[in-house]
Amino acid sequence: MKTFKMGGVHPEENKISNDAAIEVMPVPEQMVVLMNQHLGAPATPVVQKGDKVKVGQLIGEAQAFMCANVHSPVSGTVVKVEPCKDAFGLAKPAVYIKVEGDEWMESIDRTPDIKRECTLEPKQIVDKLKEMGIVGLGGATFPAHIKYSVPEGKKAEYLIINAAECEPYLTSDYRVMMEHAEEVCIGVSILRKALGVPNAYIGIENNKPLAIAKMQEMARQFEGIIVEPLKVKYPQGAEKQLINAVTGRKVPSGKLPIDVGCVVSNLGTAFSVYEAIQKNKPLIENILTVTGKKLPSQHNYIVRIGTTYNDIIKHSLGELPATTGKIISGGTMMGKAVVNLDAPTVKGNSSVLVMDEAEARRNPETACIRCGKCMNACPMGLEPYLFSALVKNNRIEEAKEHNILDCIECGCCFFSCPANKPLTDEIRLGKNKVRAMMAAKK
Amino acid sequence: MNLLNISGSPHVHSDESTKKIMWRVNMALIPALLVAIAYFGINALLVSAIAVASCVLFQWLIEKYILKVPSTICDGSAVVTGLLLAFNVPATVSMMWIVIIGALVAIGVGKMSFGGLGKNPFNPALVGRVFLLISFPVQMTTWPVVDGIFPMNFDVTTGATPLGAFKEGALPEGVTFMDAFLGHIGGSLGEVSAIAILLGAAYLCWKKIITWHIPVTFIGTAFVFSGILWLVNPETYMDPVMTVLTGGIMLGACFMATDMVTSPMAKSGQLIFGFGCGLLTIIIRNWGAYPEGVSFAILLMNSVTPLINRWCKPQRFAC
Amino acid sequence: MTQQILIAVLVLGVIGAFFAVVLYFVAQKFKVVEDPLIDEVAEVLPGANCGGCGKAGCRAFAEACVAQHSLEGLRCAPGGDAVAAKIAELLGCAVEQGEPQVAVVRCHPANCGENRRSNYDGLKSCAFQNTVYTGESGCPFGCLGCGDCVAACQFDAIHMGPDGVPVVDEEKCTACGACAKACPRRIIELRNKGKKNRRVYVSCVNKEKGAQAMKTCANACIGCGKCAKVCPMEAITISDNLSYIDFTKCIACRKCVTECPTKAITDVNFPAPAVKPAPKPAEAPAPAPATEAPAAQANS
Repeated sequence: MKTFKMGGVHPEENKISNDAAIEVMPVPEQMVVLMNQHLGAPATPVVQKGDKVKVGQLIGEAQAFMCANVHSPVSGTVVKVEPCKDAFGLAKPAVYIKVEGDEWMESIDRTPDIKRECTLEPKQIVDKLKEMGIVGLGGATFPAHIKYSVPEGKKAEYLIINAAECEPYLTSDYRVMMEHAEEVCIGVSILRKALGVPNAYIGIENNKPLAIAKMQEMARQFEGIIVEPLKVKYPQGAEKQLINAVTGRKVPSGKLPIDVGCVVSNLGTAFSVYEAIQKNKPLIENILTVTGKKLPSQHNYIVRIGTTYNDIIKHSLGELPATTGKIISGGTMMGKAVVNLDAPTVKGNSSVLVMDEAEARRNPETACIRCGKCMNACPMGLEPYLFSALVKNNRIEEAKEHNILDCIECGCCFFSCPANKPLTDEIRLGKNKVRAMMAAKK
Repeated sequence: MNLLNISGSPHVHSDESTKKIMWRVNMALIPALLVAIAYFGINALLVSAIAVASCVLFQWLIEKYILKVPSTICDGSAVVTGLLLAFNVPATVSMMWIVIIGALVAIGVGKMSFGGLGKNPFNPALVGRVFLLISFPVQMTTWPVVDGIFPMNFDVTTGATPLGAFKEGALPEGVTFMDAFLGHIGGSLGEVSAIAILLGAAYLCWKKIITWHIPVTFIGTAFVFSGILWLVNPETYMDPVMTVLTGGIMLGACFMATDMVTSPMAKSGQLIFGFGCGLLTIIIRNWGAYPEGVSFAILLMNSVTPLINRWCKPQRFAC
Repeated sequence: MTQQILIAVLVLGVIGAFFAVVLYFVAQKFKVVEDPLIDEVAEVLPGANCGGCGKAGCRAFAEACVAQHSLEGLRCAPGGDAVAAKIAELLGCAVEQGEPQVAVVRCHPANCGENRRSNYDGLKSCAFQNTVYTGESGCPFGCLGCGDCVAACQFDAIHMGPDGVPVVDEEKCTACGACAKACPRRIIELRNKGKKNRRVYVSCVNKEKGAQAMKTCANACIGCGKCAKVCPMEAITISDNLSYIDFTKCIACRKCVTECPTKAITDVNFPAPAVKPAPKPAEAPAPAPATEAPAAQANS
């Protein structure tokens, strides 16, 4: 069974919402759509107060290079265009929409029929990805049209679809595979065509045997789709690790996957690509897991982007348990702790994970006993304990020499540290300082 | 509702802790302690109890009155030091007060003077042991002779260890490999029984507290090097099996050279460390003034650990 | 016997002489010519290596002074005028007087400590917390309370207050600016100490719009501009919904303090009972000399 070569940990999987079928979350009364839901510059709002919008209408246009279009997830009237606080309390440009009915753009195909044929040329596919505001749904929300425009002089050889879902708790990709295997395979074929690669590999961790079987069966009907079962190990879904697991190649320090001929996309992205290309449906919905060990029920939802955390919690749980200690958007290893529950969800959100008080607190830090567990757990072969010391003493230059920028912030070091040192935090701080230092030098 | 907790990712932890590691090491030392009690009787129990109690007490006193920091005696590291110190001294009546001095040196000089757990460059128990060996050479080399199982009397007859006897001329009559393996030989309290030590080491390996790298290279190097010497001249040099089974090689390789704080972190560094320990042990045993060289070998290698750490880096994912 | 003594003396003597010669040549070869003035200047500096002057340490500062042979653009804040005078004497150049300054923390602890809105559980570093979220107070501009400034201070002059916002010890503060640089949100500013240490400043750096700022913190500056209207010296400017008092123009009349609807403007070291505005000495503080401009710029 394939997996990546070095490091890694195996946190408790907790895939407790595995068997909850995807439900449709009702549309709330008011919607706030943030303009930067992706990596890069925020989109520029193209609607004004009082404008009527339909579901799927463009409301934020990508004007910068690193940017993605934003579409209205609801129909109604634009109430105002002004900053809104995001999940971390920081103000971001946004469009407020009062929901009226549910009127979709006529161009969107809402029939349940599955369309297999795609006649578009690769260039047209990429243009349509841009038009539909597709971004990577694995967490980084990298605009898809940039990823699938292979730069001059480089050649893509592998398309790898990340269905590892190595993060604990998350089950949205699993549910998509179980319920929409065919659509996913069509999406993968489209992406394969856009890149012009012979084969696409779908990497699935072998703790999802049903999904592997289902995808394998479906993949047989398609040309050039290979399902690759992977040994369970975190961070299997990290881009560099997944490339290593599937192809055996290693992305060199400071390089991109395309430099070794690989393009990696998330499974959720493949599904949204299908909807965008075949059904003309922009990225206006997320598939979201609502889970937590102490919750009375576990859910997977299809949610309009812009629904607030409070709306989601209210609909799925009624109210939060009294002992809630932490709410995480994403998985427990790389997800972000949310502070502002009035904030809207954005593209790339994959879960609302409710943690109990007891599991939410970090244990107090003790002295480093130089056990080297962080080093053995690091999938990039770095020395987290050393970074911790260097950053603390402001020896930024040395931290850079020890390749601190190679860190993928997967959190394996903190996870395995018996002294509970916040190593991942320290490394992030160090990376920021290194970047600031490099910027200052320029 | 409570206030929400906020932190950077990750939000889960393996639940591994220093405390758990230290208490597991203590667990792993229990088989050797039981064997010691079986062979050396009540003396072994008393020496160990006194060593542990005084180590914990000294750490508590130093933390409370000198460093003025919250006490960390619960993490079990002082207990480990105490047990290892006791394991490295003979189980005799006179040791019962000498070991208190050893505990003071081990904890006070070997550990707390550097700032406590995690900051000491040398294995504290060995610092205490070597201090005692140099300060109390007679008491430290008066070994009780194993006399049946669980002797209840305090006044035991004394004799030489196999290593000591060999240094003087020849192995004592009738010591077989099986005796050495089970521990039916003279020696320090905890080092006699190879099987009990290996049992503990296996437990530590299972719990992923130690890896095979240091013990295997340490014992392997000692075995190969002494084997070469033995092949050259079986008259002057001890045979390799007896070499690794007697004295402190087993205890040192499994419990003291593998001390996380004072050994290298990278696997490649651990191999160098184990090799150095094995080599130095045999050199000291054969050409040094002392019949035993494990403590010195480990301390010497401890001193180069920072250099090894600097030199031996883990393999990078992407170079 | 005598012979042995003689031989010993001779051998040691020859060895000694040999090494003396070697050392002499080596010393000549590797001699570093350095202006002795640098040592003298370094001697009068405080030696805390606080980095407040922008140089790597006190010695680097001394080198810079000697190199340009004047104090232009160079100021040792901890040493103040006394040290400046001494250096000027050594260098034989003009002394440039500066107004004594002090670090000021511009944040109200309204939503900190007991009143915090979330519980930060990560690395105790403001610089890091700033990248995670707004901080416990919920204010995206407010103090994060992890004490990066406290750690940066070489003079033990800034400490965490009981309510989670740092407090400056005016006696010890040398206005080196290390805390201001360490603060990721630029809350700390160096301001003139003022007459009798009496100062007035806007204790807020929140740039949110009024209503939003009020929601964030009861003591936030909402940029209403009332202070600017009452100020007789035109020392107050409003930009980005935030008021700022120019300490070079402020005469500490405290009209703005009474006017401020959110009590964002703070006065310090004034007599406790707010007596009826007694006729203040109308003289304006000495206009700020050019030397302090860099410090003020860096933190504004």
